[in-house]
Amino acid sequence: MVKGIIAFGQYFLLDKIVGRSPSNIYQNPKFRSAIIQAILVFIVFYTFYSLYQTTVFNLEERGIKTSTSFFDQVAPFKVGFSPFLNFELGETTYIEVFYIGVLNTLLVAVLGIIAATLLGFFIGILRSSNNWLAQKFALIYVEIFRNMPLLLQIMFWNFAIFLAFLPPPKQSLEFGAFYLNGRGLQTPVPIVENNFLFKVWLGILIFSIIASFIFRNWAKKRRDQTGKSLPVLGISLSVIIIIGISSFYILGKPFAVDLPVLGKFNFKGGGQLPLPLFSLWFALTVYTSAFIAENVRAGIASVSKGQIEAARSIGLTRPQMVKLIIIPQALRVIIPPTISQYLNLTKNSSLAMAVGYEEVVAVWANISLNQTGQALIIIAMTIIFFEICSLFTSFILNIYNRRIQITER
Amino acid sequence: MTMNTVKFEKLPDRLPPVNTVGWVAWVKQNLFGSVSNTIITLLFFYLIFLYIPPFLEWSVFNANISGSDRSICDENRSGACWTFIKVRMEQLLFGLYFAQNPDQMWRPIMAFIVFGGLLTPLAIDRTPYKKWLLLILLVAYPIFFISLVGGGVFGIPKSDASEWGGLLLTFTLAFVGIVLALPLGILLALGRRSKMPVVRSFSIIYIEFWRGTPLITILFMASVMLPLFFPSGVEFDKVVRAMIGITLFQSAYTAEAVRGGLQALDKGQTEASMALGMGYWQQTIFIILPQALRISIPSIVNTFIALFKDTSLVSIIGLLDLLKIAQNSSRSLDWNGYDIEAYMFAGLVFWIFCFGMSIYSQKLERKLDTDRNVE
Repeated sequence: MVKGIIAFGQYFLLDKIVGRSPSNIYQNPKFRSAIIQAILVFIVFYTFYSLYQTTVFNLEERGIKTSTSFFDQVAPFKVGFSPFLNFELGETTYIEVFYIGVLNTLLVAVLGIIAATLLGFFIGILRSSNNWLAQKFALIYVEIFRNMPLLLQIMFWNFAIFLAFLPPPKQSLEFGAFYLNGRGLQTPVPIVENNFLFKVWLGILIFSIIASFIFRNWAKKRRDQTGKSLPVLGISLSVIIIIGISSFYILGKPFAVDLPVLGKFNFKGGGQLPLPLFSLWFALTVYTSAFIAENVRAGIASVSKGQIEAARSIGLTRPQMVKLIIIPQALRVIIPPTISQYLNLTKNSSLAMAVGYEEVVAVWANISLNQTGQALIIIAMTIIFFEICSLFTSFILNIYNRRIQITER
Repeated sequence: MTMNTVKFEKLPDRLPPVNTVGWVAWVKQNLFGSVSNTIITLLFFYLIFLYIPPFLEWSVFNANISGSDRSICDENRSGACWTFIKVRMEQLLFGLYFAQNPDQMWRPIMAFIVFGGLLTPLAIDRTPYKKWLLLILLVAYPIFFISLVGGGVFGIPKSDASEWGGLLLTFTLAFVGIVLALPLGILLALGRRSKMPVVRSFSIIYIEFWRGTPLITILFMASVMLPLFFPSGVEFDKVVRAMIGITLFQSAYTAEAVRGGLQALDKGQTEASMALGMGYWQQTIFIILPQALRISIPSIVNTFIALFKDTSLVSIIGLLDLLKIAQNSSRSLDWNGYDIEAYMFAGLVFWIFCFGMSIYSQKLERKLDTDRNVE
């Protein structure tokens, strides 16, 4: 017994404080790992430092002094598409070109995310439908577009299809107030006539959306207590639309919609998504929707059969079952990978260069870099922009994952 | 008194109603099950009728394949011009050097055949010595490939990597990417799960950095910055620069795939090997990695599919891969106006490889799944 305690004490002392064999400090795991880490830190920082030194030296040898002073220089090239910032050749500076590029990237990303989500859910639902033809159609769609390079698809749609077959403006294809022709997609745009009243109108709209969320929570609580449910979505939507339209007229039409009208040779009024943007948007949508459709299929398949049988046995109708049982559980599986697809779409929008859409990689990492030679700063800024997008995405993902974990208990 | 024996005889079963078995039932259930189902079916029949016959007419029945210049296609514009693809096939597959030296064409062809010969048994379940085969494919084959296709040894004429093109270049970039990224990715995955905070955070930063940036930016960085990183005098070929960029990029994705395998592994494996007195590297090499890598093969294949598609981006930095050669050919004077054929051919080649790999990875995933269920 006593012997045992002594042995344990010895073992504990030697192991925890001086290491298993006190004669040889190199075999102490803590010491060893500290040394390894110190060496690693040294190597990594030294590598970065020397790379930085050589790069700056090499740039200087080529007559380029690495500094951010070129930001305020006037950019000597034309950026054709900048719907949010005004571009004036001979006035716009490099840093403004960067902002234009970033905004153009975000524009195509947002357009693509909206369209790809709608199309992806549609295809995914077809894929899980019990109609054999619809199922096989969706399967073929997914397998075709998922397994070809996106760049090839962008070029195919732009050069082989749209540029070759879309008609000139005179014979544009008409989709309501939208017109598609060889130059791009003509769209209606809102024109703000009274800035203050427009903001008031926006405020009213946002307020009614918030109110509808409060209403939803109240209805949910009421359902939990009394068992009576309300058609929340229908009520909220119609109230928001009624409030939006009536306040629009009460405030005296704070904005007008400018419709594209066909003039003698081209369209007047409205906005235009130039053909490269349209092709890029189209290709990104088709490509990403194939991945989203696969997520949707997996999500629907992940709802176990027992859930559906249980829902039937407690007498839920089919719409109730879809709304209350299938969708909430399927969305849990669908949403996380779909958010990653949104990030992929944003990163993939950088392929725009192949068709000449002016997003951040094209105008900044390519044209501006070639003009100024400031490789270090320009590449770093481009990368930082995408890293921010990526961090933002994982931030949203983490929040979402935490939320569904709590409700899961 | 005679016993009247009544003999019961079983009559043959009546057949089930026609509309519950066979193709009638199948059609009823899968195509016309309900009103909405019927509408969807009719809609799809209409769409098929509308689009499939014209497409087949264009791509097969009216298509041109004979001759060797555009005059035949120009006369018959109602069909696809496969003559174009036929004439340019050598360029599309092997690039300009081998298209100009047809007597050297056996080199890339043989390299592809050997690759197929090594790969096919790997995809079959019962092949013995799979590990050795894989090792040959990942280590010996690249050396064989470079000396055969690159030449300069054994009296084979030299052809620089910068002269390769088409599918050959696409294949080379993707293969180099996966072979070099695999060891790097394994180290990073181990680093990300290391107990040393510095190692762990460096691995995380490295992985997330490359995963957050689009490949095209990385290729730009590789083609613009890489020469700046090294003292003047150190020169890299364009292809080599792209390879470096692709390898670094791919290693981050491989690391995540391997990490998935490491995480899926039962903790008991580590604990048992610790109990046997194994050190970290012994555990990792003999116990953890063999099992973890096996689990992560499907995800590694998936990252490889993505890489194979992504190699097409090198066309933006001016390398003549399959896509770029297809585009250039469809813009050449001889064949301009036949873009659709060019892109469709390139797309089909990419599709065959990617679809094949995805079928393989799905099959593997199912197999691993059943394996685990049996245990």
